[in-house]
Amino acid sequence: MTTVSVAPSDEDLAPRLLSPGLERSDRIYHGVALGVGLGVLVLMGAIGVFLGIQSIPTLKHYGFGFFTTAQWQPELDHIGIASVLIGTIEVATVAIVVAFPLALLFALFITEVAPRRVKSWLVSSVDLMAAVPSIIYGLWGFFFMMPHAILLSRWLSQYMGWFPLFKVNTDPNAATWQQSSYTSSAFIAGLAVAMMAIPLACAVMRGVFDQAPIAEREAALALSGTRFGVIRTVVLPFGRGGIVGGTMLALGRALGETAAVLIIISPAYGIKFRILEAGQQTISALIAGNFGNATSSQLSALLTAGFVLFLITLGVNTAAAVVIRRSRSGAGTEL
Amino acid sequence: MTIAERPNHDLAVPLDESDGAALDLEPTRDEIRGKRRRVRATTLDDRLELAGSALSALCVIGLIYGHLLPLNGALGFLVLWYLAFVGIYAVVVSVSNPRPIVIDRLVTATLLIASVIVVAALASAVIYTFVKGWQALTNVRFLTHDMSAISPTAPLSQGGILHAIVGTLIEIAIAIAISLPLGLATAVYLSEVGGRFANIVRTVIEAMTALPEILAGLFIYVVMVVGLGFPKSGFSVSVAMSVTMIPIIARTSEVALRIVPSGLREASNALGGTEWRTTMRVVLPTASAGLATALILSIARGIGETAIPLLVSGASSFMNTNPFSNPMNSLPLFIYDAYVTHEPIAIERAFGAASVLLIMVLGLFVVLRLLTRDRKGTR
Repeated sequence: MTTVSVAPSDEDLAPRLLSPGLERSDRIYHGVALGVGLGVLVLMGAIGVFLGIQSIPTLKHYGFGFFTTAQWQPELDHIGIASVLIGTIEVATVAIVVAFPLALLFALFITEVAPRRVKSWLVSSVDLMAAVPSIIYGLWGFFFMMPHAILLSRWLSQYMGWFPLFKVNTDPNAATWQQSSYTSSAFIAGLAVAMMAIPLACAVMRGVFDQAPIAEREAALALSGTRFGVIRTVVLPFGRGGIVGGTMLALGRALGETAAVLIIISPAYGIKFRILEAGQQTISALIAGNFGNATSSQLSALLTAGFVLFLITLGVNTAAAVVIRRSRSGAGTEL
Repeated sequence: MTIAERPNHDLAVPLDESDGAALDLEPTRDEIRGKRRRVRATTLDDRLELAGSALSALCVIGLIYGHLLPLNGALGFLVLWYLAFVGIYAVVVSVSNPRPIVIDRLVTATLLIASVIVVAALASAVIYTFVKGWQALTNVRFLTHDMSAISPTAPLSQGGILHAIVGTLIEIAIAIAISLPLGLATAVYLSEVGGRFANIVRTVIEAMTALPEILAGLFIYVVMVVGLGFPKSGFSVSVAMSVTMIPIIARTSEVALRIVPSGLREASNALGGTEWRTTMRVVLPTASAGLATALILSIARGIGETAIPLLVSGASSFMNTNPFSNPMNSLPLFIYDAYVTHEPIAIERAFGAASVLLIMVLGLFVVLRLLTRDRKGTR
């Protein structure tokens, strides 16, 4: 009978590793998940890189004039994005000015006022509002809203026409007023885009308001605070990051909105700040409208415009995402 | 007044009156149950103040609007009504309440009005689309025929949108097949695996949810059509749709995965389950309703994209079930093309197609409500 050496070797005496590393299946799992996660990063980078590469010829050809030329006349080789850039900012600004208060108040209503049963329906309605295709908002805006909205445009230009933004190049007090001067303006396109900006901002704000610490709410109520007192002292300070971030996310969406703007706005080029007046153009509507019959050099110019839009929305959206993420960590509350 | 009749069971009740009265102070079970106060209840006064102010504001504005003021239009009327309401309501409430409560009431009224505006705008968009689309929708051929060899100005009894419906369904099916696994894997990476890059991936995902669809379309055009020589086709549309759907799936799913109690994961690990098995058998099934929500939201976003098919597919008037060659029409693109003609009959078709698109989106939301109603806490 052979005896087995029972003397413990050095290896056996060494302390056991408490975290024995991952199984092979888990290593594969981690690797795949990491790969997909990084793949999304690469995808985002690729969008920028490919659009950037495509826009090099245009930028070489037109130089810095591409950013200062207001006309878009490919047949004269006279191309620039100054006017569409301004138009994009105008439409997005109108959308945010309209959407921000409505989204904030609606989010507060959902979290602070609405009874529990109504609340779930309202939350669904925000989701639904975000899901309604933008082309439907475009049709709705053009055929349903515009006839009403031009009355508002006219009223604004009548009483606030002294303010350059609200001036319209027609007589607002004429007995038979020139309706066509008010239609298809940046203002009306902005109103339709606001319909898409509201749910985005509202969803983020609601999410943050819902997380406002219950103990602080109850403390405010116990100090005989009213509902508004709770909102002012607990919910709004806690949700500041969500308010800013959600609004910026909505701004990013509004800057790039295509279908609704394409339907409502009537294309016009030139540096123009009169938002109530008919005719304006945005970058995304410019691309969508001229893509079909563009020659290769025009295509490159459109891609360059797209690249500029990409940089703007990337900047706005990333800033928004950072702000939202910070606010989620619960910084600012000690509970 | 005997002590028993006092409305409040005050702690500061004097004890020296009589033994009998003191005994009455002990509230019975029924009394406690019956008198439980509802913290957020409104009194009759509150409701009447609200309704009365709204009514009187309506009367005042109804009297002077159009007669004394040089104004017209429904919009101005509603705005003035609201302003008058706020003024009257403030006065009425301040008669019997201190200032903080007046402010609170006004803020609440403002919140309510803003919500009504938002919901009314949404409802008007949905209802208006259906009303305008009704004529086309009730035409049997509209849903069973395509537009091949039929001019856009032909009456509604000819031609239909079957090709666009089929195109949309094929495109979204391929887009789901691409974006669901990728989006879900990203969410799992962010929530279950984590690591050094998780934060930056999360930030980028968040930023990408608001990526303009037209940029996704341009990107796929540059890569697939220009770069790889792929034809303009339904498949290109699906890939571009996936670019916009992946971030939505990833972000919404991650939220769903994060609220899975970590005790479940630890229990699975303690029983010897590997992380892979824990994720597949415990975490994902637990979060399934939330994951379905993510999928449905992304589908709703995907089927409505207009700029993408406009850029990378192009319209066709005939049925095309092959996603890899030839243009494939889809509902949003059909709507846009019909709108561009500015023909009244084509616009009616556009609204008909818009109604079908809305029915799809609403159908998805009915499914969503059914899913989230059963299992609470997954959203």
